[in-house]
This record gives sequence, C-alpha cells and structure tokens, in this order.
Amino acid sequence: MLDDFFIRALIAGIGVAIVTGPLGCFVVWRRLSYFGDTLAHSALLGVTLAYSMEFNIAFSVFIISSLIALTLIQLQKRTNLPGDALLGLLAHSSLAVGLVVIGFLSFIRFDIMGLLFGDILAVTVDDLLIIWVGGALILLVLKLIWKPLFASTVNYELAEAEGLNPDRAKAIFTILMAAIIAISIKMVGLLLITGMLIIPAAMARNISSSPQKMVIYSIIGGLLSVILGLFSSLEFNTASGPSIIAASLFLFILSLLNIKQSIKLKN
Amino acid sequence: MGSDQNILVKLNKAGFSLNNKWLVKGVSLQVEKGKIVTLIGPNGSGKSTTAKIALGIYKKIDGSVEKYTNKVGYVPQKISIDWTLPLRVNDFMVLTESLDKESIDEALSLTGVIHLKDKNLGDLSGGEFQRVLLARAISKKPELLVLDEPVQGVDFTGEIALYELIKKISDELNCGILLISHDLHTVMSATDHVVCLNGHVCCSGSPMDVAKNNEYKALFGEQASQILSRYEHRHDHVHTSEGEIKKN
Repeated sequence: MLDDFFIRALIAGIGVAIVTGPLGCFVVWRRLSYFGDTLAHSALLGVTLAYSMEFNIAFSVFIISSLIALTLIQLQKRTNLPGDALLGLLAHSSLAVGLVVIGFLSFIRFDIMGLLFGDILAVTVDDLLIIWVGGALILLVLKLIWKPLFASTVNYELAEAEGLNPDRAKAIFTILMAAIIAISIKMVGLLLITGMLIIPAAMARNISSSPQKMVIYSIIGGLLSVILGLFSSLEFNTASGPSIIAASLFLFILSLLNIKQSIKLKN
Repeated sequence: MGSDQNILVKLNKAGFSLNNKWLVKGVSLQVEKGKIVTLIGPNGSGKSTTAKIALGIYKKIDGSVEKYTNKVGYVPQKISIDWTLPLRVNDFMVLTESLDKESIDEALSLTGVIHLKDKNLGDLSGGEFQRVLLARAISKKPELLVLDEPVQGVDFTGEIALYELIKKISDELNCGILLISHDLHTVMSATDHVVCLNGHVCCSGSPMDVAKNNEYKALFGEQASQILSRYEHRHDHVHTSEGEIKKN
C-alpha cells in the first residue's frame, strides 16, 4: 500500500507542517491571512515563469512572491488606499497575469488542478531537499528574529522604544512568508496554502495558554493534518491539498469541543 | 545641571508634526542619571509625543535627539494588547529582554502583583495591568525609564506607593526617569526638574521655580501653585494590592 511516492509525500508534508506551525501562529497573531493569500495567488505567476524558462518552481515562486511583498510595502507607503484593497489588487492582478501567461504556454502540458490544490504524485526527491533545507533555514531565521518580531506583535512602540528594531524583523518575516509558500506549493496547492498556515494555528489558539504552547500545538496539529490528510487522500483518491486542509478543519472542530468543556467546568 | 557624561538622553529643539500640524515644537530637555524629569501640561500639549521623540519611536523629527543608552524601560500611556495572543504576565515580563526568575519575581513583588504571575493578561483589571507594565519596565534594570502616566487606574493608596517606588528605583538603580504625570502633588514632591508643556516648553526648572511662574499659573490656575509650595508628605506604612498593611 505504501508506494514510494507516498513516502516522499509524507516526508515532504511533515517538513512543511513543522515550518507552517510557528509561521502560522504569527499569521494569526499579526492578522496576516489575506497577506498570505495574496502571496499564494502571486505564486501562480511564479510557477508559469518557472515552466516557461525551465527554472526551479520553488525558487521562481520565492522570487515572485518576495517581489509582490515588497511592492505591497511600497504601495502602502505611497498611496492612500486601504491595506485590504491593495492586497486584493495585487492578489487578483498577479493571478490574472499568471493565467494569461499560461494561455500563451499552450505548448506545455499544465496540471492546473495539481497547481491549485496540490499533487502528492508530483513530489520528487529534489523537492524533499528543497523543503527540508529551505524549511530548516526558515526556522533558523525565525528563531533569530523571534524576540523583536514577537515583541512588536504584542506592541510595536514598546519594541521600538526598547531598541529591538521591529521594522527589520517585519521585513524579514515577509520574506519568510514568501519562502514557506514557495516550498509548500507542490504539497498543498496555491489556493490552500494559507489554510495550512492558519487552521492549525487557530486550533492551537483554542487550547493553549502561552505563546510557546501555541507554537508547539500548532506544529502537532499540522503534522496530524498532514498524516491524516495524506492517508485519506491515498484511500479515497482525492487531491492532497484539500485532504490535508479538511483534516486540519476536523482537528479545529475537536479543539472547539475542548473549549466548550472548559467553559462548562468554569461555570 | 550635572556633567555631560551623566546625560542619558538630550532633546535639542525637537519637534514632531503629523499631517502638517505640529504636535509639539522646539522642546529642549535632558535626562540625567539618578534624576527625575517630569513633563506636565494640559491634554494635547504634546507630553506623550515628547516622550516618544526621546525614545526614538518618532523618527522624522525636527531638531535632534541624542540618546546615550540602549537600556530603556518604557511604560506607554495607551497600550492595546491583541487577544489573539495567549499571553500570561510571566510571558509579558520577558517580552523585550530575557530575564531570570529572580528578577521577574522581584519586580512583580515591588509593584505588588506577584500573585498574578501566571494569570492571562486579558484577565487583569486596569490597575493590575498598570502595575504589571511598571514591573516589566523596571525588571530589566534600565538606565533610562520613560513613564507615561504610569499609575493611571491604580487605586489611591497604590498610587502613592508606586510613586514612592519610582523615586526609590531612581535612587537605587541610579537611572534617569522621564515621567509624565497629572498629579501635581507627586510631581512636586519627587521631581528634580519640571518641564511644563503646551505645544512648546512654556516654562521649566525646579518644582518651586515652576510653581512661581506666571505661565504655569495661567495654565493650571492659582490653586495649583499653592499645592506645590506647601506640599510635603510622609508615610509610615504601605497597603499592598492584596489589602495587607506593611510598615515601612
């Protein structure tokens, strides 16, 4: 039953979940879910460019998503448009441009469904390397900027006043977001990557009393989602991304039951 | 005012404008080791803005700021904590600097909230939270403390005790304090230097000098200057936040 591709998918998924756990907590804390969506939409453009120039997909997505993130920061400074309008503008225009470029690439066979929803069959040994090396780098950098990033998440002025340089931490975190999207796009698909970031973290929020615990539960939640999701994907022949996200939704609902119980206990 | 090497932060004709409106302009002041400088003035006179200029939170300023220390503790006037974060008092204490358990416990005991250590920040009352904010700022043993109305929402006896604590900290740690306060009694009893703001520095000097100043009288009224000139207080005991009484 456990074919080689499945083992690869499992190893890839576990690597992704370990990284999305802590990053997802920051996405929830800093209210960045639409920012994540925007980067993920722009990933399509990255993928098409990778195909047309025969470039590595993860690398190309990373470059394009980082560019979009930097563009967003510049637009925020130079226009009076509200943040969500700018996010929508960038998300949909980069998605549209990506789709138009695909139209021109009619000579290449494209697995659009795999791109949007993830395809476990597509995970190669090279992808494993990218996920684990890239993931380790992301976690290392996150650990280095943890203090200023976390302090400014709680209160920007305190962090700034006490010399932690929150602006730099924020810029680096933006790049980390682009990186996680780049390495997880094959597993989860670009429409559902943000779900992988948010849902395990949201589940963890329901059951944790401190930031460290939330990060740990978020990682555990992500790991369980990947394992549950991939096995059911194999069993029911469904796309890997939706299966993983559905599994994480299941865990989230379980965490809600836990809350109800603790409220009952309090009364 | 003392020698140059004691200066922790110095503002030279500093000002800050937002949307083409000056919040504060032409402020010169300096905070030295072991000294308490207090900013007073009516609402909207630029007290918090001046503090933020001194802290380097506002960067596009007029004039200049010279800051000679990086060990800063800050109690902001307004702080909104996002409840998407599960944050206990203990986590909040180590927000900007890692501390050992003793330093955390000592600071929380000094402000009388050690019993709240494992509580969620969201479950604290306004006054309790204010005590935690002050504890966090002093726990890292800073060289410069910037306290923007540090006792707002604290009960009356607690208020006096905390102001005495602030005075004590300034002596013990030999740190400089930039204090913003509405309580003229406190200002006058504990402060070395008073700066009276009203969009600009309207007068400054020792508490007694400021009390005699006509511009100060115009801003705060005749009564305020009487408070200053005769104020003196002494306590032989303190009330902890749990309601116990401790002899000094």
